[in-house]
Amino acid sequence: MRASRRVGIVGWGVYVPKWRIKSEELARGWGRDWNRYAAGIMVEEKSVPGIDEDTFTIAYEASINALKRARIDASKLRAVYVGTESKPYAVKTTATMLIDALGAGGEGRLTTGADYEFACKAGTEAIQSILGLIGSGMIDYGLTVGADTAQGAPGDALEYTASAGGAAYILGPADRSVAVIEASLSHVTDTPDFWRRQHERYPAHTRAFTGEPAYFKHITTAAKELMALMGTAPEDYDYAIFHQPNGKFPLRVGTRLGFTPDKIKPGLITPYIGNTYSGSALVGLAAVLDQAKPGQKILVVSFGSGAGSDAFHIEVKEGIEEVQGLAPKTMDYVSRKEYVDYTTYARYRRMIRMLHDFSAY
Amino acid sequence: MWAYWQSVPAHWRELPARYRLEGGRCKDCGHKTLPEERVCPVCGSKNIERVALPRRGKVINYSVIWNAPRGYEYYTPYVVALIELEDGTRVFSQLTDVHPEEVKEGMEVEMVIRKTRVSGESGLIAYSYKFRPVLG
Repeated sequence: MRASRRVGIVGWGVYVPKWRIKSEELARGWGRDWNRYAAGIMVEEKSVPGIDEDTFTIAYEASINALKRARIDASKLRAVYVGTESKPYAVKTTATMLIDALGAGGEGRLTTGADYEFACKAGTEAIQSILGLIGSGMIDYGLTVGADTAQGAPGDALEYTASAGGAAYILGPADRSVAVIEASLSHVTDTPDFWRRQHERYPAHTRAFTGEPAYFKHITTAAKELMALMGTAPEDYDYAIFHQPNGKFPLRVGTRLGFTPDKIKPGLITPYIGNTYSGSALVGLAAVLDQAKPGQKILVVSFGSGAGSDAFHIEVKEGIEEVQGLAPKTMDYVSRKEYVDYTTYARYRRMIRMLHDFSAY
Repeated sequence: MWAYWQSVPAHWRELPARYRLEGGRCKDCGHKTLPEERVCPVCGSKNIERVALPRRGKVINYSVIWNAPRGYEYYTPYVVALIELEDGTRVFSQLTDVHPEEVKEGMEVEMVIRKTRVSGESGLIAYSYKFRPVLG
């Protein structure tokens, strides 16, 4: 898919909560030996949202950072889309709160706003929508956020990786951009690898579908088709970013496609903060943009369970180095950390119900 | 059942202050308040305009809350502080991302948006400004 008007990234921003829990501590909570899982998951610790944090508060700070780099006023934003699978409300759009908090669309709030849902690829799906709006000339600037406070059932394998964080991107016309999104392409099928039913607190997943039929098939198909569309090969890219449900899968899928690990590792953030779901690939892209140089090419391929992948071909432009230092970088948030034990983690995630949660005292 | 623990209209009216730190400035004497007051507490003027306040400041004084009012129990112990913003405006706010023993007078803080009160499983989630130690 290519827009008739070229569109790019004007600004980007990240937010990761400061709290961390070590995988070893999570295993200890359930009487398990982390050494048995470490090589298969390759995530040593994960971020934990504070007791007063959720997808909206994460999206807000990431968006403020994106606005600082974009150097535009929020009133210029005419589309605000939040991709998440951990909406604060089942029914009340997170984007409404973000629009009002930022002042998007100016005093009259003349902007579209919506929440997007597609498991871990909701954020990149929102980027494609804004690509279309700007690419067709309907609007000039739009904001998209991929953020989550991901749920992993206590004691389940997902508990080692389900974390919190997000990234925000302000898109605009290519001549105002520091990185141009030259093309995008998606691949979607009905693959029941992971889901969460209405009113359920935690998702279910089918082990047999998780790897090959879901993650690997969709990412490799989207990546290969996009490279065929662009006439490119893995050697043409300086960086490759894949959805990061754990530390192992992105390296494996990248290697299978023909990318060397040194092109994948700069955008591989999950080993330090866990899987931020809708934020996952987008936080990885932000870490790469934090250090990218003009002329470099980036391949981004997200993955969302259910299942599908969105692939993007991005070329970095002159001027990116001027904006990299205008807001805290991804690694600033990654290195800002304080460890909590399982009890505090359970309290912060509100896994423990208190008297006032259900009694009329 | 407890959807109306807190007044939804009152929360909605305060959104400019809670989300964007917009307060009032007296056009006659220049005094600023958060939230916006209809009458200037210094000179009594009703000539008030809405202004966005700076998002950084320092802690003037603080208190640790152990016995919280209803709706805030989950956050204890938490710190409430009197903060002087960069333009001299004084605001009263919760601190976040900090342990009570780490708070010091003069500590530099910046505004973030956080959940302040969640009305049970079915009610409103109230968000507002809080301040945290500046990054870095």
